[in-house]
Amino acid sequence: MSTRAQKWLVSGPPLVYLLVFFAIPTLIMLLASFQYPGEYGGLAPLFGTGDPDELSGLTFESYQRFFGDAIYLGLFFKSFLYATATTLFCLLLAYPLALLITRSPKKYRDLLVLLVILPFWSNFLIRIYAWMIILGPQSLFAKGFNGFVGLFGIGPLPLLFSPIAVLIGLVYVHLPFMVLPLYANLEKHDPALLDAAQDLGASSWRRFWRITFPLSLPGVYAGSALVFIPALGIFAIPDILGGTDGILVGNLIKQQFLDSRDWPFGSVLSMILTLLAILFVGLAAWFARRK
Amino acid sequence: MKRKPWLLWTAGSLVYLFLYLPLVIVVVYSFNDSRLNAEWVGFTLKWYDVLFHDEQMLSAAWNSLVIGLMASVVSTVLGTMAGYAMYRYDLKLLPVLVLTPIAIPEILLGVSLLIFFVMLNISLGMLSIVLAHIAFCVGFVAIVVRSRLSGMDESLVEAARDLGATQWVAFRRVTLPLIMPGIIAGALMAFTLSIDDFVITFFTAGVDSTTLPLQIYSMIKIAVTPEVNAISTLLMLLTLVLIVVATRLAPGVFRGE
Amino acid sequence: MALLEIRNVTRRFGDFTAVDDVSLSIGAAEFFTLLGPSGCGKTTLLRMIAGFDQPDGGQILLDGRDMAGVPPEGRNIHTVFQSYALFPHMTVEQNIAFPLQMAKCPDDQIKPRVREALEDVSLQGKEKRYPNELSGGQKQRVALARALVNRPKLLLLDEPLAALDAKLKERMQLELISLQKEIGVTFVYVTHDQEEALALSHRIAVMNLGRVEQLDQPAQIYSFPKNRFVADFIGECNILECGVATNVDGVATLELDGLGSVQATGANGATPGSRGALALRPEKIAIARDLPPTDCVNRFNGKVHDYLYTGDVTLYIVEVQSGHRLEVMLPNNAVGRSSKFFEPGDAVQVGWRDDAGHYLAD
Repeated sequence: MSTRAQKWLVSGPPLVYLLVFFAIPTLIMLLASFQYPGEYGGLAPLFGTGDPDELSGLTFESYQRFFGDAIYLGLFFKSFLYATATTLFCLLLAYPLALLITRSPKKYRDLLVLLVILPFWSNFLIRIYAWMIILGPQSLFAKGFNGFVGLFGIGPLPLLFSPIAVLIGLVYVHLPFMVLPLYANLEKHDPALLDAAQDLGASSWRRFWRITFPLSLPGVYAGSALVFIPALGIFAIPDILGGTDGILVGNLIKQQFLDSRDWPFGSVLSMILTLLAILFVGLAAWFARRK
Repeated sequence: MKRKPWLLWTAGSLVYLFLYLPLVIVVVYSFNDSRLNAEWVGFTLKWYDVLFHDEQMLSAAWNSLVIGLMASVVSTVLGTMAGYAMYRYDLKLLPVLVLTPIAIPEILLGVSLLIFFVMLNISLGMLSIVLAHIAFCVGFVAIVVRSRLSGMDESLVEAARDLGATQWVAFRRVTLPLIMPGIIAGALMAFTLSIDDFVITFFTAGVDSTTLPLQIYSMIKIAVTPEVNAISTLLMLLTLVLIVVATRLAPGVFRGE
Repeated sequence: MALLEIRNVTRRFGDFTAVDDVSLSIGAAEFFTLLGPSGCGKTTLLRMIAGFDQPDGGQILLDGRDMAGVPPEGRNIHTVFQSYALFPHMTVEQNIAFPLQMAKCPDDQIKPRVREALEDVSLQGKEKRYPNELSGGQKQRVALARALVNRPKLLLLDEPLAALDAKLKERMQLELISLQKEIGVTFVYVTHDQEEALALSHRIAVMNLGRVEQLDQPAQIYSFPKNRFVADFIGECNILECGVATNVDGVATLELDGLGSVQATGANGATPGSRGALALRPEKIAIARDLPPTDCVNRFNGKVHDYLYTGDVTLYIVEVQSGHRLEVMLPNNAVGRSSKFFEPGDAVQVGWRDDAGHYLAD
């Protein structure tokens, strides 16, 4: 059998599957973003409403609607802010953890990494649900917190169904995505570098900022991309932990597809989200390569 | 290390606490004899009893199991092929198609498949969920298999050929046994991902194809009862077992790329 | 007829010519070595013989049969890989049985032949071990046993001793020589280690930049290098640029740049008026405070500039009056002496016989 035939035999089936169930649906969604909404939801037929003047059922209407109302751009901006904040908090929490694992004795490292991964593999909804319990008004934590702020004459503040709850949920769910690439990077550093820096008179603080951190930047970029992009399109967390005004882009997309059933507009939102995701992946890859 | 900087240790331990405390609370309250997840009243197994008599929950669990098995079997076969092809040949399109569904926000795959299925008149149900799950599981399996392959000494295959094995025999006798732990780990991973998936299932499910995550979702949206804690505890246990097995088979599998 | 015939074989990778029009003929039961620096094309040539790579031009014939288009499994040639390439999921026994199974050897014959192969490499009792339970030397032996168990016509060895430490390497070299003699299989051995090549081979092909620079027996290559590359690559060598003054029946007078006139015999290629170089091994140069007058035709005064003490010998860098430096080797074999003979700055005389050097024409 020729190499060419083998190549197609092996790569053909997954290629066809992903073309049919990923590439084509994405292209259809692109097309849908230019279609008219159907009378009873969904999409209007592309051809033949019977009216000869209406040759094709394509329109920029949904795009015009998107760019015509600041509310939608504002929502994207709000999602961007949440995703950025999530990324920063994840970085802040993940760095010490990754560093701790790297500096632990070799035999414990795999276990410590596994401990980071375990919660990540437990069900997504369960992890959000856990925070509903913790932040719920009857919880010890909420009572304690409100008792504390009460001392300063503030409150009682609702914790659940608030932006704080959404942010905590986002950080909690995405944290492992930041820890793993960071650890993968830090683990590869030659410990002799730090010894050399110490030998040359650098304090531990300066060793971190002058050696460890700059070398870990590829890991930081990779982790940031892995956190930022899913966080940008999340809908379940604001849906469960957020209040009525806590919606993000993901929730709006969900609404368009399942509640108001305006698929063309939902597709417009999805296409713009896709473009942003690709843009940020590209940006992270570019940054990582430049260093 | 020579020294243990207390600052790093404190910070790291607090982050572990942050990761685990919520899950511990879920488990603890699943044994609490109270409808509220607030005060500890006393130990009980009644929420597990409620769970095992909840027809809807049981049928959702069954659906999840069937979907998980079908999706993991197909995606393991396709993912292994994809991982092997990506390792062996210089391909342009396949890696993009394999990795993008994992990289973009999940909701995008969910809604695009929703439009696709409706357009093709594929009714939303078990089949559409399985097809959707395969689409994102293939990538995870492919990554695991490919990394297993690139950890393998290429001269082993050459040695087999050199000693008289045809290409196919060399694959069957040398390559396949050596990457088998990766394939099994990939299959377990696909099964776990499928069982746990909420977002993509949410968009591709029909009325009579509720899965466990969808059932949990509707319960926490309507009324939180410790029954949710009980099913959560069991699911965590299942995941834990699968992960431990997979890690034994292929250390470092879950390190990501 | 030669067992392996390589005719005008060329292999290019893009703009880079890895193997450039190489022709070789290797006989039955020969221990043949391809020697050269990394990137000289020796491994590419080996891979083409094994069938992992195809020549862009030329022919490879085994026993007179053209190997073009014959896959590795169809050639009666086995390879010992640098990494050993032992199958990690099979025991020693299963590894060695693998080629027999591939050759459809009847099951009842496999066991005795595996045992025999293990005896050949003195590894009895290790049948059930897995490769990761073996030492480097043992892995090496299993790789050899596996490659030899169904008696290939040709055994290719790709730097098989590179991963071993010096002591073990020496022992394995001796074992390789006796093994090859005992079983009479042709070995084609690839290495960048010139000492190893000199110690093991019947013949050596010295390769550089994809070409064979010289093909000869070890002693010939060492004593009569064909050109500067070979002289420099094999062992230590002083390469002294010179012009040819006279040449009477191979006895030439050479004008060494900056040194002066010397006599050299066996310089058949030295045409009066042309330029070339005199290759002079450090151990062929005598050194003393005062050289006995009868010893050397060619002699110069100088002083010790520096030295390299290596235990058995010391290499002296001697600066002659004109400022030129010569490397001179002296065995530290004088009874009762614990260290070197000379100190830097010592005035010495160096000299060599007229048949000590080897003339290289430009």
